[in-house]
Amino acid sequence: MANEVQAPDQFFLTRFGMSERAFERILDTALERKADYADLYFEYRDAESISLEESMVNRTSKSVSHGVGVRVCAEDRTGYAYSDEVTIDRMKLAAEAARAIADQRGDRAGVVQVGQPAARQSLYELKTTPLDVPVEEKARLLSEIDKIVRASDPRVKNVMASFAAERKIVMIVNSEGRIAADIQPLCRLNVSVIVEDGTNRQVGTFGGGGRVEYSYLLEGERWKQYALEAARQALVNLDAVDAPAGEMVVVLAHGWPGILLHEAIGHGLEGDFNRKGVSAFTNRIGQQVASPLCTVIDDGTIANRRGSLNVDDEGTPTSRTVLIEKGILRGYLQDTLNARLMKTAPTGNGRRESFAHTPMPRMTNTFMLAGESTPEEIIGSVKHGLYAVSFGGGQVDITNGKFVFSASEAYLIEDGHVTRPVKGATLIGDGPDVLTRVSMVGNDLELDSGIGTCGKDGQSVPVGVGLPTTRIDGITVGGTHA
Amino acid sequence: MEGLELAQMALSEASRNGATAAEILIVSAESLAAGVRLGEVEKLKSSRERRLGLRIFTGQSSATASTADFEPASVAGFVASTVALARLTASDPWSGLPDRTLHPRDLVELELSDPNHRIIEADKALGLARVAEAAALKLDPRIKNSEGAEFDSGFYRVLFANSQGFSGEYAGTSYSLSVVPIAQNGGSMQRDYWYTANRRYDQLEDPESVGLTAARRALRRLGARKIKTSRAPVVLDPDIAGGLIRSMAGAASGPSLYRGASFLIGKLGTQVASPNVTIIDDGTIVGGLGSKPFDGEGLKTSRKAIVENGVLATYLLDTYSARKLKLAPTGNAARSVGESPTVSPANLYLQAGPYPPEEIIRSVKQGLYVTELIGFGINMVTGDYSRGAGGMWIENGELAYPVQEITIAGNLKDMFQSIEMVGNDLHWRSATAAPTIKIAEMTIAGE
Repeated sequence: MANEVQAPDQFFLTRFGMSERAFERILDTALERKADYADLYFEYRDAESISLEESMVNRTSKSVSHGVGVRVCAEDRTGYAYSDEVTIDRMKLAAEAARAIADQRGDRAGVVQVGQPAARQSLYELKTTPLDVPVEEKARLLSEIDKIVRASDPRVKNVMASFAAERKIVMIVNSEGRIAADIQPLCRLNVSVIVEDGTNRQVGTFGGGGRVEYSYLLEGERWKQYALEAARQALVNLDAVDAPAGEMVVVLAHGWPGILLHEAIGHGLEGDFNRKGVSAFTNRIGQQVASPLCTVIDDGTIANRRGSLNVDDEGTPTSRTVLIEKGILRGYLQDTLNARLMKTAPTGNGRRESFAHTPMPRMTNTFMLAGESTPEEIIGSVKHGLYAVSFGGGQVDITNGKFVFSASEAYLIEDGHVTRPVKGATLIGDGPDVLTRVSMVGNDLELDSGIGTCGKDGQSVPVGVGLPTTRIDGITVGGTHA
Repeated sequence: MEGLELAQMALSEASRNGATAAEILIVSAESLAAGVRLGEVEKLKSSRERRLGLRIFTGQSSATASTADFEPASVAGFVASTVALARLTASDPWSGLPDRTLHPRDLVELELSDPNHRIIEADKALGLARVAEAAALKLDPRIKNSEGAEFDSGFYRVLFANSQGFSGEYAGTSYSLSVVPIAQNGGSMQRDYWYTANRRYDQLEDPESVGLTAARRALRRLGARKIKTSRAPVVLDPDIAGGLIRSMAGAASGPSLYRGASFLIGKLGTQVASPNVTIIDDGTIVGGLGSKPFDGEGLKTSRKAIVENGVLATYLLDTYSARKLKLAPTGNAARSVGESPTVSPANLYLQAGPYPPEEIIRSVKQGLYVTELIGFGINMVTGDYSRGAGGMWIENGELAYPVQEITIAGNLKDMFQSIEMVGNDLHWRSATAAPTIKIAEMTIAGE
């Protein structure tokens, strides 16, 4: 398999007997009616997962999938057809189905000539992918996690640990003659711990990974940190009291609480929603949407991160996009379709779950730049509030701007000190308003450990978030203690 | 090589490579999605896929795998490498195929396919979407924008066979039409949606009425405000109530129970909800969107009460979790092609009660009518519940004004016990259905 790793653009040519001339013919077929653009998306994915529960590594699975999608765009219309049979005949049929969107016969857009592959970034060139490491070795790691967590506290009742890895090879050929290919490794280790004390039972979950070699999990015993962190969260929650209900000052810890930005800001700035005028941020470029302390970035070019890509799923190199600069809204996240219609440049955010899906503007790694306060100063400044350390998922209604994210580990702040843990609670706020209430930003920016998956319109893609410790002067906390 | 012949070849390859038992699942599907926005064609998406999934046992060890490569030579290699993977997996005393006497001899006809239609052609599908969206757009001048309307049709075929002689095949169709209009007034903007779904094309709700309902729902949200934090009665509309009973089914499912990850552990036979709550799971409803003649392990699906008059009557179990809990499987093994079975309800519903929804709302002096929930704030281990909500504030038995940016919170154990009223408005639009319900009191967080 080594030669595939060297040259992803050659992979599909040899594996499925394709040629540049065949691509040209199919793209010509796709463009036969009046269309602006067409592309072919090839994908080959190998994946495996291994999991442990009740001290047994009793589930292993692997999968191989491949397919090709043909897309035709005419103005704001998209025709898409895909097949899991990667053959010239199937692609021709798909091209004919996809071009139905361009219903007028007209001048042909010109003959497609496929050129040389574009230069690629190299954000995750790995010597070996996590799939190359023997299953036995991963099974041993999961067993070791089980032993260490169980030995760490007698209240540990069950440990569930899983390792998942994939390698995606993609190639995109478009009607402008551009060809781009990439090999995208990804892995993730996840640990859930259930603890019990009398009738009180609680769960804690932690994990991490990225576009990294398997050895990443072993460096500095990261696997052990993840495992003990899951146990710690579960144990903390054994002592949790009812969470407060109502609007209050909330301090978000650094790292994964950056999910705030993803929900409150990120989705609302995706190009499709803004082109259609259905986002709460529509037509607000240049306006103040956050406190001057806030600068928010989406960056797909950070080496080895879960949310990073050399090229997006339309073949555009990923980039670093400033979304909010010192409180002012600066930019949207774009794919090619929405960038063309909004007369701006694509930002390398056109992503899709697989060949069975059409690309959409999506986030990569979304985070806020560090400020000047220390985390201690920030907590010390709060008389009465909530300190939220870890979160489950979040969601947003991009049209009215209301978003939620659910804390899974949180504490009361009383007179400048973190005191009792409180039960999980959902926080709800208004996207265009919440960052205007940011009054302190920490000097401790951290990116999450590599666990995020974002869902939009039924498609899941891996993403990252990051945040320094941040004080918000008022957001509604959805506890039970009114 | 196709279908059953390919399956038998894979099973004999498995045995030849040393597998002691094996299962194969082949799923093929085609679909067409047609979308319009503001009257114009926006997208057409057509698909064809088939996948082959294997579960291989070597003694008490097992592995699963899936592929899209159906070439007989590739399948043979694939089987061999899955057997090798199973050998690397720990021996698990509970693992294995189901008791062979539990496989059904004959499959009942559940009418899962439309006898007259398959994939609805693009022009017709676009036309239906256009009619639905147009109805929404012309209802009121405040409906100025739209995220569009979409008509989807799908056809799928499932073939399952195992090494103890069971094999079965079924096919199904599905049709759906959805509309997402946007209402605007001054600077405020709200969207909502409505949809219809059925296995029979002719039984879909009329496209105009889908559009009108979607538009009314969006309009109703205009001017929504935040309210003061309080404790008050909460009425859940049918879709929201359906989500709540799915949480109950999740907590009653075998894997959550043996892992210690459910608030229903040890509660079988006890009162877990108010006596007016009966929750049924039925995989045998003729034409039901969640119906199938056999489950993901080849066991007959069935009808059973999960909760009967408030008492937890059964868990939902596949063979593995049933063995662990020393119970019998319930025909609820769910299977995605390349994974071990999990557990899922088939057609899940809350049995209708006596009250018209208007009467339920009328019974509330001050309270919340919930039409939308967002976020994932449910802790299945403890039952703690806290989610973002939107809907209407009820004053003196009337829907008074829309509300948003609030949460509702409680614990699922208390919420089920305090379901005071169950509506008579049970309608099927998905594999889960519930009527309107009223919960005596929850914490509503706002200002």
